[in-house]
Amino acid sequence: MNDSTLDGPLVRIKGLHKHFGDNEVLRGIDLDIAEGEVVCLIGPSGSGKSTLLRCVNLLETPTEGTVTAAGHDMTGPDADLDAARRDIGMVFQHFNLFSHLSILDNVAIAQRRVLKTPRAEAEAEARRLLAEVGIEGKERAKPAQLSGGQQQRVAIARALAMGPKLMLFDEPTSALDPELVGEVLSVMKGLAAEGMTMLVVTHEMSFAREVADRVIFLDGGVIVESGPPAEVLTAPKTERARGFLHRVLHPVD
Amino acid sequence: MAARTRPRLAQRQRRRISRAIQYTVAAAVVIAIAVFADWGRIADSFLQLDIAAGMFPAVWTAFWNTIVYTLLAFVFGMVAGVPIALMRVSAFAPYRWFAAGYVEVFRGLPALLVLFLVGFGVPQAFPGIQYPGGVYGQVAIGLGLTSSAYIAESVRAGIAAVPKGQVEAARSLGMSHTRTMVTVVLPQALRIVIPPLTNELVMLTKDSSLVFVLGVTTATMELSKFARNELTSSANATPLLVGGLLYLLLTVPLSILARRLEKRGDAR
Ligand SMILES: Nc1ncnc2c1ncn2[C@@H]1O[C@H](COP(=O)(O)OP(=O)(O)OP(=O)(O)O)[C@@H](O)[C@H]1O
Ligand SMILES: [Mg+2]
Repeated sequence: MNDSTLDGPLVRIKGLHKHFGDNEVLRGIDLDIAEGEVVCLIGPSGSGKSTLLRCVNLLETPTEGTVTAAGHDMTGPDADLDAARRDIGMVFQHFNLFSHLSILDNVAIAQRRVLKTPRAEAEAEARRLLAEVGIEGKERAKPAQLSGGQQQRVAIARALAMGPKLMLFDEPTSALDPELVGEVLSVMKGLAAEGMTMLVVTHEMSFAREVADRVIFLDGGVIVESGPPAEVLTAPKTERARGFLHRVLHPVD
Repeated sequence: MAARTRPRLAQRQRRRISRAIQYTVAAAVVIAIAVFADWGRIADSFLQLDIAAGMFPAVWTAFWNTIVYTLLAFVFGMVAGVPIALMRVSAFAPYRWFAAGYVEVFRGLPALLVLFLVGFGVPQAFPGIQYPGGVYGQVAIGLGLTSSAYIAESVRAGIAAVPKGQVEAARSLGMSHTRTMVTVVLPQALRIVIPPLTNELVMLTKDSSLVFVLGVTTATMELSKFARNELTSSANATPLLVGGLLYLLLTVPLSILARRLEKRGDAR
């Protein structure tokens, strides 16, 4: 089942292609992510960032290529995707909290139903995680009663409840009012400081600069630039990356 | 600006005129009925208080049976309809084909015919077959089959209305397809379909009047049959009025409830 080697990368993507009908969205991606590494994925809208992220936990099935993640051969013929996904947390742009469940149940439900953790134990763990992301006294509330920033922090706690080795974030702050972005980013920063391996699609360049070990610029379904944030964000080598960064950092002119 | 406001005013004026015409016609009809109807005769046919009083308390048995038949059929409809809805959205194609066929058949056949099939066709084809609960079992299945097709369609629509992100979140946590359905999708889908299911209950209340074709005794008679018997024995239409009012006693609160729930659903 577990075919990871201790010193191998936590994520290894090789020759990844993804088509939607005639639309070739990913055109040959090779990417390794080491354990504990924080990688930020940037690029223009439609460049395939979400698709790449979703190919890591197989929410999208690659057309071609192989993916191993968190010790699981995701694209192998015998892949147990349900088991693999327990080791890969995902946070979505629109939170996707279970709207019919309380905040506490949102965080505890997967432990209870998937890991068969006893209710009391699962809820204790859920409370601990909620406290960690700064949500307290809201256990009985429904998701709709929380602000976007609070919902996204609950969503992070929900993903952490499965004890993942890898966390995927798809524009976790893009749907938030500007004043709520900071609280979510600071939770993510804390997570990175604790050594979590993270792949983050984001438009928050300051977060990428501060937290990322590596920044990857994706355009047209290929990796155009990859390197430390200081390189990619301040001295991009390609015209495409320069143009994109200019538009993101100076949206007005 | 001015060019825009002028046709708008004209439109409002036109609407006012058309409304005035409709009110006039309605008033004319009401007046005509009031003037030309033979009120004495109508009262004689429908408002014989002694006949109405004579229906009690026996009518309560029939009233109660109507409720029981409705609930039995509804429970069967849910028990069969929810799995059919799940089969309709299954990844396994033969399940989808079966479920689609099932829905088409039982939605397309008249409830009366299905009731006949269950009550007479099946026992003839399979001699010695016994329905649990006798006529109650026959009603549950006979009316429930038709109902389950409608319920399956409602629930399927409810499942489709659950946002895709809910499924993706569940799957990303390692829930299997089935676990996701049971834990996340169905609870939300059922909430969405509470108003249509309430309407289905109203329809079933009325469809329970078909049960008479199974041949019922005084003990198992429902409201319509009871009212019809009284109509024959008293040679007067008052029992129909009483029976009708008792149906409304069941269906109107349900309809109000359905509308309330629908409004609450919109607000969310
Ligand atoms: N399920 C799908 N079916 C068909 N086409 C899809 C699907 N998902 C994505 N696409 C297409 O793939 C391309 C890349 O989409 P993707 O969501 O990966 O881009 P992105 O870089 O995340 O963009 P954004 O910044 O807008 O989120 C787009 O052209 C999109 O229309
Ligand atoms: Mg995207």
